[in-house]
Amino acid sequence: MSSVPVSAFLALALILFCIGLYGALTKKNTVIVLISIELMLNAVNINLVTFSKYGAAPSITGQVFALFSIAVAAAEVAVGLAILISLYRNRRSVLIDEMTELKN
Amino acid sequence: MTLTGEFFAFMSLALVAVIGGVLLLNLTNVIHMVVALVFTFVSIAGIYVLLSAEFLAVIQVMIYSGAITIMMLFGIMLTRHHGDEEEPKGGRLRKLVLLLGVLGFGAAVYFGIYNLDFQALPNTLHENNTEQIGVALYSQYIIPFELTSVILLAALVGAIVLARKDDEKEGDQE
Repeated sequence: MSSVPVSAFLALALILFCIGLYGALTKKNTVIVLISIELMLNAVNINLVTFSKYGAAPSITGQVFALFSIAVAAAEVAVGLAILISLYRNRRSVLIDEMTELKN
Repeated sequence: MTLTGEFFAFMSLALVAVIGGVLLLNLTNVIHMVVALVFTFVSIAGIYVLLSAEFLAVIQVMIYSGAITIMMLFGIMLTRHHGDEEEPKGGRLRKLVLLLGVLGFGAAVYFGIYNLDFQALPNTLHENNTEQIGVALYSQYIIPFELTSVILLAALVGAIVLARKDDEKEGDQE
């Protein structure tokens, strides 16, 4: 019925997830780390929507779940940026290497 | 796999999404990185349309390409960024090891999904998509929906408290 196999959607989500994971682990800038986490959440949402259409039991539930995930991601960005600005006010830096308050 | 319009749409959208992600990794200017990621977000919205989730596509454009990107740009502009910092010594080796680890993870997951196939069941997701989501949200998932509103409220109040200037403390120090 569909011309695009389900594994293609899953592979796209996997590639985006890997890019986000690599960015979150290697980038120095905290804003970019936050954005990479958003990219990973987006990849997971693609998986949810794919299974909601082409999965073993297609239903609307996957889309509703993706909606909840987007809402939680938005809340996470708000709190993350607030923490970032608060840290910047104290340390004058956004580099993730220099945020070692909890270490010593 | 036949060459249809859906296939071409999927391939072009996937290409733009992956190119946006790769640009995010390779550009040096922070603002350029965020703008590159807008391409990825919009392409993901197109993927949602292909998967007959029109409402989610609109939400994706509004929340991710609109709100989250603008918030990230504000976060970048409120903080100061030097252009390109010098690389530390162990950075290259660490990046290589991380790249190998991520590639290994990707290969392991791809091994699990590459020939995954379900028999295509008929579904009615494409007709009255928004109405279906609304009915499911307000009948079956009413409690998670209300909990989400509580989460959003708590997150926004927490964000304001965290990011606000401490006037009282500064007043004490003076």
